[in-house]
Amino acid sequence: MKVRILVSFKESVLDPQGQTVKNALHTLGYGFIKDVRQGKVFEVELEGLSEDQARTIIPEIADRVLANPIIEKFSWQILSDGEKVQQN
Amino acid sequence: MIDPKILADHNITVKEYERIIRLIGREPNLTELGIFSLMWSEHCSYKSSKVHLRKLPTKAENVIQGPGENAGVIDIGDGLAVVFKIESHNHPSFIEPFQGAATGVGGILRDIFTMGARPIAILDSLRFGPLDKSTNRAITEGVVAGIASYGNSVGVPTVGGEVHFQERYSKNPLVNVLCLGVAHKNKIFLAKAEGAGNPVLYVGSKTGRDGIHGATMASAEFGEETEQKRPNVQVGDPFKEKLLLEACLEVMDKNLITGIQDMGAAGLTCSTSEMAARSGTGIAIDLDLVPQREEGMTPCEIMLSESQERMLIVAEKENVAEVQRIFAKWDLDAVKIGEVTKGGKLQVTSRGDVVVDLPVEAIVNLCPSYRRPARKPATLKSLQALKLPPLPLDLDKVFLQILSSPAVADKEWVYRQYDHMVQINTALLPGADAAVLRIKGKKKGLAVVVDGNSLYTYLDPRTGGKIAVAEACRNLACVGARPVGVTNCLNFGNPEKADVMWQFKEVIEGMAEACRVFSIPVTGGNVSFYNDTKGVSVYPTPVLGVIGLVEDISQMVSPGFKSEGDIVVLIGETKEELGGSEYLRSVFNLERGKPPAIDLEKEKRVHEMCLEAISRGLIRSAHDISEGGLAVCAAESCFLSPAKIGCILDLESSLRADALLFGETQSRIIVSLPSSILASFLALAKENGVEAAPIGTCGGRRFIIRYAGRKVINLPVEACWRMWKEAIPRLFSLP
Amino acid sequence: MKFGVVVFPGSNCDRDTLFILQNVLRQEATFLWHKDHDLGRVDCVILPGGFSYGDYLRSGAIAKFSPLIEEVREFAERGGLVLGICNGFQILLEIGLLPGAMLRNKNLKFLCQHVHVRVENARTAFTHRARPGQLLRIPIAHFDGNYYAPAEALSKLEASNQVVLRYVDENGEATEPANVNGSAANIAGLINPEGNVLGMMPHPERASEAILGSQDGRLIFESTILWR
Repeated sequence: MKVRILVSFKESVLDPQGQTVKNALHTLGYGFIKDVRQGKVFEVELEGLSEDQARTIIPEIADRVLANPIIEKFSWQILSDGEKVQQN
Repeated sequence: MIDPKILADHNITVKEYERIIRLIGREPNLTELGIFSLMWSEHCSYKSSKVHLRKLPTKAENVIQGPGENAGVIDIGDGLAVVFKIESHNHPSFIEPFQGAATGVGGILRDIFTMGARPIAILDSLRFGPLDKSTNRAITEGVVAGIASYGNSVGVPTVGGEVHFQERYSKNPLVNVLCLGVAHKNKIFLAKAEGAGNPVLYVGSKTGRDGIHGATMASAEFGEETEQKRPNVQVGDPFKEKLLLEACLEVMDKNLITGIQDMGAAGLTCSTSEMAARSGTGIAIDLDLVPQREEGMTPCEIMLSESQERMLIVAEKENVAEVQRIFAKWDLDAVKIGEVTKGGKLQVTSRGDVVVDLPVEAIVNLCPSYRRPARKPATLKSLQALKLPPLPLDLDKVFLQILSSPAVADKEWVYRQYDHMVQINTALLPGADAAVLRIKGKKKGLAVVVDGNSLYTYLDPRTGGKIAVAEACRNLACVGARPVGVTNCLNFGNPEKADVMWQFKEVIEGMAEACRVFSIPVTGGNVSFYNDTKGVSVYPTPVLGVIGLVEDISQMVSPGFKSEGDIVVLIGETKEELGGSEYLRSVFNLERGKPPAIDLEKEKRVHEMCLEAISRGLIRSAHDISEGGLAVCAAESCFLSPAKIGCILDLESSLRADALLFGETQSRIIVSLPSSILASFLALAKENGVEAAPIGTCGGRRFIIRYAGRKVINLPVEACWRMWKEAIPRLFSLP
Repeated sequence: MKFGVVVFPGSNCDRDTLFILQNVLRQEATFLWHKDHDLGRVDCVILPGGFSYGDYLRSGAIAKFSPLIEEVREFAERGGLVLGICNGFQILLEIGLLPGAMLRNKNLKFLCQHVHVRVENARTAFTHRARPGQLLRIPIAHFDGNYYAPAEALSKLEASNQVVLRYVDENGEATEPANVNGSAANIAGLINPEGNVLGMMPHPERASEAILGSQDGRLIFESTILWR
C-alpha cells in the first residue's frame, strides 16, 4: 500500500518560498496566480498493515516526524493501483 | 560485432580500436569497449594535453607527491603536509547548476581525504555569462547554492575564490573547485592495490545509473526508446560524504588500510584499474557483490556508473573486520567485492560469467598520446591592435562605473552563502588578497589563492599564463605568504582545433616559465577541454591555485588601511598599459589590445621585498593592483579598512590620467605604513632593486586622487563603497 | 566544570567547540556519541552546530529521536545546563525544550557573517558575565535561523525575560536590516523558564580567539564555567 503525505506551512506562518515562486510567476506574466504555498511530499510504502491500521498510523508518523506541528500541517491519501482512491 | 557505428558511439577512432586489439590480442566485448571508451577519453587519459603538461616543473625538495595521484602533497614542516588539488565540473554545472556544482565539491573533497588529509578549505573559481541576463543569473544562483549546500553541510569552509562574467561563458560556465587538507607527512595514503590476496572493499553509497557513459551520451540519438540511455544527473549527498569522510579518516588514523581511491569519473572502472596499475598488480571483482540501488543494471552500467560518495579500499585480511566495524559505527557498509591479484589484470565477473578480462596497463597507461596541430589564430593580430578612446571628461563617473562592474564589485553576495568560518581556522576572511588559515597549535599559517585573468590569456596566451602565476604569488606576498606549491585547472575549447591547441601550448609554456622563476612545483591539476558551444570556445582560462606558507601567522597582513595619517606607498612603476583592462571592458566595452607586459624577475623582487617588509613588521596593509588599476586598489584598501577611512593620493606622471588610474601594469602593490617607518621601507625597496614611492596619506571620509595638482577623483568613500557593495545584489534583484 | 559535546552524524562544529573548551578555556570536555545512553557525569551538555542527519527532513528533526537525546532531556529536566548552538538550537526547538520553530532565512539563502547581538538578559547561567545590554560580535552560519513562534508565545517569552540575545545593528538598535534572517522580534537566543537550557543561533566558538577576529563568544562559555 502506498500513501502520499503532504506537509505544508500553516496559513498563519509566512511561507517565503511560496512567496518567491508567486513573485516569479507574476514576473513571467501569470498575473492571475493569487497565492502559492510550497510544501513537501512524502510517498510512503507500507507493508503488512491493514488499511484501518494505516489510517491510525499515518497521522501519527506525520504528526510525530514528518511535520513540525508548530509551523506545519499535513494531509494524506492512500494510493492504490495507480492514483488517488481515497482522500483524507 | 563491433562496427564503425559502435566505435563512433564510444568516441573511439578506428586507429585506437586497432591499438586496443593489438594490446589485448583479441576483440574486446562491449563492456570492455565501454571501459576503453571511458579510460581513453580525453578526461581520463589526458591524451591531447600530456605532451604539453610535461613542460611544467613538478619537482622540488618540498614535494612529497607530485602529479599522478588523487592530489598533490607538499611538506610544510613541523611534520605536516598540505594536500591539495583543483578540479573542474563545467559541463555538469551547465546541465544542472546546483547538482553539478555540488557534486564538483563532493569529488574534490574525496580526492583530498582519500590521501589521509582532513579537508580544511575550499576555494572556487567561477565564470558565468553577464548577470544582466536572467538565464545567467539562474546558473550563477544555482552554482553558488550548490557549492554552499555541499561544502556547508560537510563542514569544510569555502574561504575564497573568484567570479568573473563574460558572454563566452553563458552557455558554458566554468566551475573550478580547489580543496586543501592537512595531514601528517608520514601518514599519506595512496591509491594503490598492493599485496595479492588482499580484499578489495566497496564503501559508501549504493551504485545506480548516475551519469552513465558520457561517451554514449554524447552520440546516442535521443528518441523515445533511448530515453533510458540519457545520463542521469548525479545528485550529491553531502551527509553521506560527511560520514564517509569521518569513517575513512578513522580507518586511516588507525592504519587499517593499505590503499584507497575514490570512485569519481569512470567510477569502479577507474578506481580498480588505476589502483592496480600503480602497484603492478591486478584486481578481480564480482559485480554481484556490488551494492546496487537500482534493479537490472548491466555489468557495463555497474562498471561505468558515476554514483557519488563511493570509495574503493584495499586492506589486509586481518583488518577487514575492524574496518567494517568503524564504517558500521558511521552507518556505512564496507562490502568485500573482490581481491588484489597477481598478473596485472582487471577481471570482472557477473552471475558467474567473466565479463571483463583486460590488462590494467593497457587501460590505464597505454592510451595513445597526441601531439595535435597548433596554430596561432589569424585574428590575434587585429585583436591586439588598440586605438585608445579619448580620455573621458568625468573621471569620477568612470571610476564609479568600474567599481560597480561585477568583475571588480564586492563578492559578498557569493561568499555570504558559504560557511567560510567552520573549523575555526579562517584568520583572513574572504575579500582579501588571499585566504589565510591558521594551523591549530602552530605558529605557521597557510595562505591560499585561486586566480586567472582569461581576457589576458585570450589576448596573449603566453603572457596571460605568466601573469596568472605571478598575480597569484603576488596575492600571497601581500598577506605575508611564500608560495610552496601550485595546482592548476586548464579550461579550454576543443583541442582538435589548432587555434585552441596553440592557446593551450602557449599558456602552459608561460606558466611553466613563471613557476620556474618563482621556484614553485606544480603538483597536479586538471584539464578541461571541449568548452565550446556552437563552435565558439570559451576564452582560454587557466586557473591557478597556489598554496603559500605564512611563517608567523601573527605577522599576517590584510589589505585594508589601518590608521589615519598612515602613508600610502606604491611599490612598482606604472606604464601606459590599458590593453585588456577592466577599464576598457567595463567603460568602452572593448576587449582588445595587448595585456600588460610582465618581467618575472622584477615581479619576484617585488614579492621578496614585500615579504621582507612584512617579516620586519614594517607595513600595516598591502593590496595587489589588478583589475581596475591603482584607483580601484586604493579604494578597496579604504573599503576593507575597519572604519572605512579615506585617503588622499597625489600622483605625478607623464601618463594619460586613465592609464595612470586604471591601467593594469603588473608587479605593483599598494601598502600603508606609519610615517616613522617610511625611510626604512624605502631603503629596503632600494636594496631589493624595487621602485617604491609615497603617493599619499590615509584618513578622512573622502577618496581623493590628485593628478598634476588637479583632483581627478574626489568622492565620499561611503558613495564609492555603496557602488562597489551593492552592484551584484542589484543585478540579482532584476526581474 | 565538565562539558559534554554531542556528536550526531552530520555535526560539524563539534570539533570546534571541543577545541575552544579544551585548548582555549582549559576545561574538561568530552564528546558524547549520539548512539550512547549515558552522559557520563558532565555538568553541561552542548549540542553543537552542523547538519545532524543531513537535516534533510527539517533542521534537527531526526536528531530528536536519537538515543542520547532522551538522556539530554532527562538531564535538562533535572536542571542540568544545556547549550544548543545553531543546529543545537534547532534541535532544542524540535524536542520542545524551548518553544517555537525555525523557518528558512527571509532571503532564502544560507547566511554566514558576523552579526551583533545584544544581551537582553544578563542574569542567566550563560550570560551573567555580560553587562545588561552588552553588544557581542559573533558570527552566524545557517539556512534556517528565522525564528517563529505564535504571537501569544512571543509575548510570554518577552514577559518572562526568556529572550536572551537579540539581533541588533552596530549601535545596539534592534532594527529590521540588522535582523538578517527575519526572526520574530529579532530573537537570536532563548532560554527556558527554569534558566538551564539556552538555544542560540550565533556561534560563540567562532568568536573565542583573537586570531579569529572576535573574542566576544568567550563570554557565553565563561559565564557557564563560572555559574554557581
